[in-house]
Amino acid sequence: MTIRGKAYIVGVYEHPTRKADDRSLAQLHAEVARGALEDAGLTKDDVDGYFCAGDAPGLGGLSMADYMGLKLRHIDTTETGGSSYVIHVAHAAQAIAAGKCDVALVTLAGRPRAEGMATGTAPRSYGAAAPDVAFELPFGPTVVNQYAMAAMRHMHEFGTTSAQLAWIKVAASQHAQHNPHALLRDVVTVEDVLASPMIADPLRRLDCCVITDGGGAVVVARPEVAKRLPRPRVPVLGAGEAVKHQAGGRIDLTYTGAVWSGPAAFAEAGVRPADVKYVSIYDSFTITVLITLEDLGFCDKGRGGKLVADGNLIAGVGRLPFNTDGGGLCNNHPANRGGMTKVIEAVRQLRGEAHPRVQVKNCDVALAHGTGGSLATRHGSATLVMGRE
Amino acid sequence: MSVREERPIPAPPVNPETRPFWDAAAAGRLLLKRCAACTQPHHYPRVICPFCGSDRTEWTEATGRGTVYSYSVFRRAPIPYAIAYVTLAEGVTMMTNIVDCDVDAIRIGQPVRVVFKPTEGGPPVPMFTPA
Ligand SMILES: [Zn+2]
Repeated sequence: MTIRGKAYIVGVYEHPTRKADDRSLAQLHAEVARGALEDAGLTKDDVDGYFCAGDAPGLGGLSMADYMGLKLRHIDTTETGGSSYVIHVAHAAQAIAAGKCDVALVTLAGRPRAEGMATGTAPRSYGAAAPDVAFELPFGPTVVNQYAMAAMRHMHEFGTTSAQLAWIKVAASQHAQHNPHALLRDVVTVEDVLASPMIADPLRRLDCCVITDGGGAVVVARPEVAKRLPRPRVPVLGAGEAVKHQAGGRIDLTYTGAVWSGPAAFAEAGVRPADVKYVSIYDSFTITVLITLEDLGFCDKGRGGKLVADGNLIAGVGRLPFNTDGGGLCNNHPANRGGMTKVIEAVRQLRGEAHPRVQVKNCDVALAHGTGGSLATRHGSATLVMGRE
Repeated sequence: MSVREERPIPAPPVNPETRPFWDAAAAGRLLLKRCAACTQPHHYPRVICPFCGSDRTEWTEATGRGTVYSYSVFRRAPIPYAIAYVTLAEGVTMMTNIVDCDVDAIRIGQPVRVVFKPTEGGPPVPMFTPA
């Protein structure tokens, strides 16, 4: 069974807040749900499928269905970190294609800023029962120093430079200047990135994404529903998902699960990387983008530094415009999970509703990719290819 | 930069599956699991082989020699430290710290050997120092 043409993204919404001191977590989920349903021209009573991940409070999907008053015949709480929401859109399309629901709602929300989380810099443990914890926690693994080790190895094997990584942040900042909701709107240069404080060699402060509160939601519907709605239709063309892990100690930090999720998504969609006009690439750190673009086949392995340099990711300048909302590096990274905003900006591009200064001309095929977890050692990879009608 | 102060090291949670590893660490020995069915070593240790699914896994002592696969000095920490992946002579790669050295002189490919460092109320953990 293919999902190609079996489901449409009919509504998207990104919460405008970046710091939610005055809102509860459940409220944020409900606000983004309402926003996406309004965007679609639907109401909560149209929803019969619901998707959320580990950021949802309490009993997750059960608590949120209770809070929002949803009447569901399908629920999916697949948890693959920040890539969850890209997978959720794919699973929603699959569920719709299988007749399990007609209108699927996906929500993400969080308030790490309001809660004062040391998101990237505190050693992270998933509890004493996690099988890897005893063999890692004593050594002080944080989000940033684990991604940094992937960057260090990439530099060693392929000669990738800090200046090349910096171009990714530069491109994001060029886009963020046009986004009034972006947390960081100042344009930065390669020199600015290289002058920012070292956090974990070789990643500097400006190689790291922002920490923000807020969230987003997506509504996916079957074609019969989509065709009676007023908004531009964005068909889901193909999807792929994969988990990459440590392979029993045969660790290789130079590639991600995108080497599997990408080809699966392209095959289902019937397109090639060269057909893609716009990419939303999860940008927890600059290195995440570089390795992902290689793994998705936008260049050969090891050539990512050259691909991202010299403004090549800047809309209107380079040949591969990415993250035109400013991405996680500048705009928004709600709940420390970037997959949702990746889908939302891709939909804006396909609808022709991105900011005019960053709108990609004739954007008929777009890709969103999520990477959730620890880069190259335990992460979910999710690739989604979307089109327009 | 030479790091003189010691970073407090959290104790590893020990469970019945991994207790022999930590008992050996307390005696200054680094153990790996090797599968009698497929002969492959793995890390972190499991009862069920992650390669072939056999439960015929056995503890084996590693030489404690290896090379730095990758590393990163965490400058933001109150006491900067070097996290690393070290590839052991036996072929498996493990997360660790590089210690008792100038962290600015660490290089990928550098030969290292195991040393055991005390934790806060738990068994010592295997770290590595330039060989
Ligand atoms: Zn085996």
